[in-house]
Amino acid sequence: MASALINVPRKAKRGDIIEIKTLMSHIMETGYRHTAAGDLVPRDIITSFICRYNGSEIFRADFFPAIAANPFMSFFTVAKESGKLEFEWIGDNGFSSTASASITVE
Amino acid sequence: MKRTPPTRRSFLSLAGSAAVAGAVPVVTLRPLEATPAMLTSAIRNVVGEAPVRTGKVKLDIPPLVENGNTVPMTVRVESPMTSTEYVKSIHVFNEKNPQPNIGNFYIGPSAGRAQISTRIRLADTQKVVAIARLSDDSFWSTSVDIVVTLAACTEEVN
Amino acid sequence: MNRFRAIAMAALLAAMASLHAGEISGEQRRSGYSFMGPDTRAMQDDDTSNPAMLFVLDGEALWNKRTGSAERACADCHGDARESMKGIAARYPAFDKTLGRPVTIEQRINLERARRQDAPPLAYESRDLLALSAFVANQSRGMPVVAGDDPELKPFLDKGRDLFMQRQGQLNLACSNCHEDNWDRRLAGSPVTQAHPTGYPIYRLEWQSLGSLERRLRSCITGVRAQAFDYGAPELVELELYLMSRARGMKLETPAVRP
Repeated sequence: MASALINVPRKAKRGDIIEIKTLMSHIMETGYRHTAAGDLVPRDIITSFICRYNGSEIFRADFFPAIAANPFMSFFTVAKESGKLEFEWIGDNGFSSTASASITVE
Repeated sequence: MKRTPPTRRSFLSLAGSAAVAGAVPVVTLRPLEATPAMLTSAIRNVVGEAPVRTGKVKLDIPPLVENGNTVPMTVRVESPMTSTEYVKSIHVFNEKNPQPNIGNFYIGPSAGRAQISTRIRLADTQKVVAIARLSDDSFWSTSVDIVVTLAACTEEVN
Repeated sequence: MNRFRAIAMAALLAAMASLHAGEISGEQRRSGYSFMGPDTRAMQDDDTSNPAMLFVLDGEALWNKRTGSAERACADCHGDARESMKGIAARYPAFDKTLGRPVTIEQRINLERARRQDAPPLAYESRDLLALSAFVANQSRGMPVVAGDDPELKPFLDKGRDLFMQRQGQLNLACSNCHEDNWDRRLAGSPVTQAHPTGYPIYRLEWQSLGSLERRLRSCITGVRAQAFDYGAPELVELELYLMSRARGMKLETPAVRP
């Protein structure tokens, strides 16, 4: 069950700097662990996280195995207009998950 | 268990997939370590031949982490974040994990504040380096030394 | 090196006279939360950044999902969990009349699945069971623990207390040796807490996942080089009952974050 927790203020004044917090459920298997039998557990991580504000990219991150499981990401943006924030996580083995949140800017 | 783990670290890292339904029991043997050369070359991949100056970047990590598996980290860069003077990206590296990269974060003037927070993994006591690329393509960095201890109790891989 | 240090530690603790003899008194009781650093506490305080909340959300979805041959969701009988489950986790483990013994929240969930939903039990430590128990326990967050009050629980509570005080394993340590006699000291760099299970299921940084009290107990028991009881074993339930009643009056924090 891939679930995401997004925290975006519902309302903001134009020009306010707002904090966006995201949490995505993912094991972030590093690819450096081994089973008791000695076999390598293959890497399975989220490699990329993108946030778009009314279609334009406002934040992007490359994740490596050193990012902890259930990746948390907080960043800022200037509230410029009402609309939608869209989030996308892409990773190994075709992992892809999206979420969105609306914001009203007055 | 057929194999005796070769080091104290790997024995203590017999980590809990204990009874997690369906999961394969895993142990962490001592993995290959990043070397100072790997760290340098990972930084070079980002900055090229440009000089890297110290300053402007603040790296917030607890100096003694509670657990190396999940370490909260905040990187802040002093910048007016106007359309002409802003932070393009922040790159974080480490010294002793198997791999020198931790993450790259791309922001730009619309961010308003050049600050990101996430949670990282640190395999051992080591240095973490954060490098910011500004709009004029200059590079600024800071580094911190973090102490990482292992959890006191192990779990049986059962 | 590890073995030497472990033996030295055990010898030290065993030889040490009980400095905090007997149970920890009321005002001295502290949650595991107070032993953590500010960053980890911040992780627990903020629902939008507490990874355990991902599981609570999953639990909410499961609460509303029809399941079993009876095609019934928890919500069908219990309605809105925010009302019906308020205070429940604070009094668990609770006495089950049919079985004649105490059961944990996880066991209650499986009993309800069998009795009312005609659904197979969820495996211990499975994601679904953790999510559901976290969701249910979360409804009691902030409420004082009242577990163990029921007089029918007394014999089990006594057994739990005995288990807590009993030395076990190759290191020959009892829970009380660390958690009564040496709390606030350090074991391998980590603070020794008083072992109040006020936040379970917890998101443990060491596990990078949510886990139950039984998982934590088994891990500790393995840590003193004893054979851990199986999930759901009566001994683990009795221990949990004792630990919860020892924490009576303290506030529930589920879902907590711990190192």
